[in-house]
Amino acid sequence: MAGLPEHLLRRSAEARAKAEGRDVEEVLAELKGEAPPAPKEPAAGPEPAPAPAAPAAGPGRDLDAESAATGVPVPLLQRAMEGRARREGKPVPAMAGAPASAPAATAPAAAPAAAAAPAAAPAIPDGVTTQRLLTVVKAGAIQQVKSSPQDKVSVWPHLLAIEFVALMVVTAGLIIFSVFVDAPLLEFANFNEQPNPSKAPWYFLGLQELLSYFDPQVAGVIIPTFGMIGLAIIPYVDKNPSVRPSDRKLAIMVFSFFVFASAVLTIYGSFFRGPGFNFSFPWVDGIFFDF
Amino acid sequence: MANGNGKVGLKERVSQAADHVRTSQVWSSIFRPGSPFRAGYTDSPRNRSYVIMNNVLYHLHPVKVKRHAVRLSYTLCLGGLSFFLFILLTITGIFLMFYYRPTSPQAYLDIQALATDVAFGQLVRNLHRWGAHLMVLTVFLHMARVFYHGAYKPPREFNWVVGIVLLVLTLLLSFTGYLLPWDQLALWAVTVGSNMGAYAPVIGDQVSFALIGGVQITPDTLLRWYVLHVLFLPFIIVIFMAVHFWRVRKDGGISGPL
Ligand code: HEM
Repeated sequence: MAGLPEHLLRRSAEARAKAEGRDVEEVLAELKGEAPPAPKEPAAGPEPAPAPAAPAAGPGRDLDAESAATGVPVPLLQRAMEGRARREGKPVPAMAGAPASAPAATAPAAAPAAAAAPAAAPAIPDGVTTQRLLTVVKAGAIQQVKSSPQDKVSVWPHLLAIEFVALMVVTAGLIIFSVFVDAPLLEFANFNEQPNPSKAPWYFLGLQELLSYFDPQVAGVIIPTFGMIGLAIIPYVDKNPSVRPSDRKLAIMVFSFFVFASAVLTIYGSFFRGPGFNFSFPWVDGIFFDF
Repeated sequence: MANGNGKVGLKERVSQAADHVRTSQVWSSIFRPGSPFRAGYTDSPRNRSYVIMNNVLYHLHPVKVKRHAVRLSYTLCLGGLSFFLFILLTITGIFLMFYYRPTSPQAYLDIQALATDVAFGQLVRNLHRWGAHLMVLTVFLHMARVFYHGAYKPPREFNWVVGIVLLVLTLLLSFTGYLLPWDQLALWAVTVGSNMGAYAPVIGDQVSFALIGGVQITPDTLLRWYVLHVLFLPFIIVIFMAVHFWRVRKDGGISGPL
């Protein structure tokens, strides 16, 4: 408990005394490591704080000076010294009083002559666990902040203004287009008269085009199904983490190939297929295509 | 304030009335702090944040975005336009629903009547049709731009998959709508298109039966596709769009520059 401010010690002593139904001064002394282990009769009444036990200063060791040099409180140094002596099986050099440097507060009382090593250590009552305060580490950042501030702009007005303009431009364009170009409406649906050619909506015309080369199972089912699955798994297949075009030549080439192929097939199916879905030049035989 | 002849000018009265309205409880309960429509709005960084934060738009946009994300050349607004076109199609579509009956021959006659009997009927029909084609295009181009930016890479892999679902749903919406005019174009384009599905191995017959409600297109198909087109598919696509937009933000906003 060395080095703790007196008022904190007192506060915890009071709390513990209250909890255990003991005398505050007694607990306080114990906390300070000054109390002799002597158990007390409950009827003894309040007693003056017991005299602090004599610390056993090392032979020739100037604990005061060491403490000043290292910043470690004297009692800690002393305890460490005792601990080491105990571990090594040597008796604690009980040369109390010898060094003049013994702290004034802990009167160098008559040395516990021939004391066994732990003699000077404060006794710990049964059932009480104690901890040692080894050292105090200065608070510092545990986590390293990695992200650096980013260049950001307010959504209002910067982004919303752009979105608003884009929205207006598209709406205006669409309205103007719709004023001048009417949606097609042919004759009433007739189950007995299939137009020649019959074409699917434009986004399926690439597939319909494939139908003229492959078996319907391949062109109508397998290719579109695998096409969609293939698209969906792109992120799990392309493990290259870079987004720079120069690092992604293969991915870009493959994707572009499929986009280009579908565009060509779609345009071909839309404009270069006439009656019977046979090849025809739009500028010769006319356009067989409706939106 | 009085002008030269002691009367309160019209201009002052209007501005007084406007002030009165803008400081009323009703007005300020509608326009939350930060709104440019609120009395005492000033253009400050704090209000710029509030405009978004205190607005339903906060569901779509964060308060701030990376500078490169607002450059038109990055997203080309394609995702946003796809969404906007969807809204436009919903509005025009609801208009069309007032005049359309999904039965034969009424369906065809109703579409004809749009051009002759309904104010702006033909214009709204045109907007709906051209808007739909444009949406297929913008969704496709949006996918291409996402690919070329590598914007599907971690952590955005799953949003790409959600996007593919959106692409399929967009195509299905367009395709189911294609039948509704019930003319020769609609009937035979859909016949050709849905015949492809009938070739599916093993389940081909079931697929085509479920889709067109029989072995060939009949007026029953019209009702079935109408419900899919105006109710079921929009409902599903809205759910996926919500997930899509949510993921765009949770994945850290628009992907970084190249
Ligand atoms: C109905 C269809 C769709 C709508 C309304 C939509 C909407 C949006 C919007 C508004 C954004 C924000 C950025 C931007 O505008 O580019 C976005 C981002 C994104 N979309 Fe879509 N999208 C659709 C379809 C798709 C498709 C087909 C794909 C891909 C297969 C896709 C994949 C993505 C990805 C990965 C992002 C994140 C991009 C980034 O962070 O740069 N979306 N989407």
